[in-house]
Amino acid sequence: MLRLEGLSKRYKTGDQALTDINLVVPNGQVMALIGPSGAGKSTLIRCVNRLVEPTKGKVFLGDLELTKLGSGALRRARRKMGMIFQEYALVERLTVMENVLSGRLGYVGFWTSWTRKFPKKDIQEAYRLLDRVGLMHMADKRADQLSGGQRQRVGICRALIQNPDLLLVDEPTASLDPKTSRQIMRLINELCAERGLAAIINIHDVLLAQMYSQRVVGLELGNVVYDGPPDGLTPEVLTRIYGEEDWEATIEKVEDEDEDEIGEEIDAISSPTKPEQKTIVASGES
Amino acid sequence: MPLIETSDGPMWRRRATKKQLLIWLGWLVGIAIATYAWQLISEKTIWFFVEDAPRQAADIGTRMIPPKWSYMNELWRPVWDTLNIATLGTVIALIIAIPVAFAAAKNTTPHPLVRAVALFIIVSSRSVNSLVWGLILVLIVGPGVLAGTIAIGLRSIGFCAKLLYEGIEEIDHTQVEAIEATGASRAQQMLYGIVPQVLPTFAGVGVFRWDINIRESTILGLVGAGGIGLELNGSINTLAWTQVSMILLVILVTVIISEWVSARVRGAII
Repeated sequence: MLRLEGLSKRYKTGDQALTDINLVVPNGQVMALIGPSGAGKSTLIRCVNRLVEPTKGKVFLGDLELTKLGSGALRRARRKMGMIFQEYALVERLTVMENVLSGRLGYVGFWTSWTRKFPKKDIQEAYRLLDRVGLMHMADKRADQLSGGQRQRVGICRALIQNPDLLLVDEPTASLDPKTSRQIMRLINELCAERGLAAIINIHDVLLAQMYSQRVVGLELGNVVYDGPPDGLTPEVLTRIYGEEDWEATIEKVEDEDEDEIGEEIDAISSPTKPEQKTIVASGES
Repeated sequence: MPLIETSDGPMWRRRATKKQLLIWLGWLVGIAIATYAWQLISEKTIWFFVEDAPRQAADIGTRMIPPKWSYMNELWRPVWDTLNIATLGTVIALIIAIPVAFAAAKNTTPHPLVRAVALFIIVSSRSVNSLVWGLILVLIVGPGVLAGTIAIGLRSIGFCAKLLYEGIEEIDHTQVEAIEATGASRAQQMLYGIVPQVLPTFAGVGVFRWDINIRESTILGLVGAGGIGLELNGSINTLAWTQVSMILLVILVTVIISEWVSARVRGAII
């Protein structure tokens, strides 16, 4: 469980990115964080694992207060928070396997990471995860040889091999085409369900947010202006988050496709053998 | 303002009138200075020698031909020395330049004070030519290959460290951030996030500098710091022109080979 209490962030430039955010994300909940560019979505998730230092407020992961940890304890706490990035943020010149194993760096010493002699258990888990996302055959390829969707799946493996309690996901689909975006969002959703993970997903695609989350939080200029179920995103709510616009079309389309997605996911779950084929077949129907 | 309102609509020009005039003035002053300097040089030149120059050049040229091929037997050793000076000097420089570069790069320096010291090392190494380093070192460690190696090394630290730290500063920070987010220590972030990104730069800079050092070490002998330059100096002093041409030929071949090797290595890395 993640708890934010009165979280605020003011950058040195004077920009107030977040103002007094209070949120509780229970275990197993996938929460979408929506809002216009510059609303503070990225800042919020970076304040959780303190890649950005919050100026005020507290962050708790379970009973642990992250905001008062020293650097060593913070590093240990970060192991329990997997992060997935917009531009994948894979180390381009390392292989897929090295990228996945880098998720275990917090658990191994310097020499182990230097010589790449990771424990057998970690290596087996890495192969299992790669197989799960359908990239087993890519393990020895260099990361820069992969397509966008493949890279993001490697990014997901890197986050999951940490064996986290929480996933912080920053615009996972912003650089992907619509079909791949859905595959990735579906994959993140399935994996969260499998492991009972809590997740915060920053996303500026309202449609995807509605399709793949149990809860939507709307940010505007660093303030929470909506917190509720995905189907509560009425034109009025969207106007409050993003400003005046004709929202009817967006919302109608969502409801249609939402039903398709549910059907697909049932198909997907009933054929659990080959993950890659499964996702391709499933999205082919949409 | 570049935007000018005219009767038939707005006009746009690259520069405002005042700025344009200033630029013309700058050109005028520049040309005036160049002309004056030309005149000064002309006054201090002994034109008799200049008129004689083509004949003198032709004279030395004929004395250089044919090169004294048998002299090659005495040149193998100095060529070997020259290669060693360049290679060892580059290796020493890289070993020192890598930590200096990490200390000088804004994103990896442990402290601004350390950065200032690192930048000072870079500047002071770069501001002294390797011939000058050679002169000083011949006095300190005595003439020979050792002085040459250290001179090349000292001169190369600044060059390598500067290019390396610029390479480090240009890396993609999100890749490092992603490694940091896994709970990796600073040393591990360096190992997984930074080193893979700068490795091609490191190799490229090393080979490039080695290529330059081959050329520099051929003249270090002029100040007594070992290598083939020592023979060159001796041959010029004794007016043994056929030996001089042989040495120049050997230097040319060495440089061509080193250039070829460095091009191949750089091609393989990138």
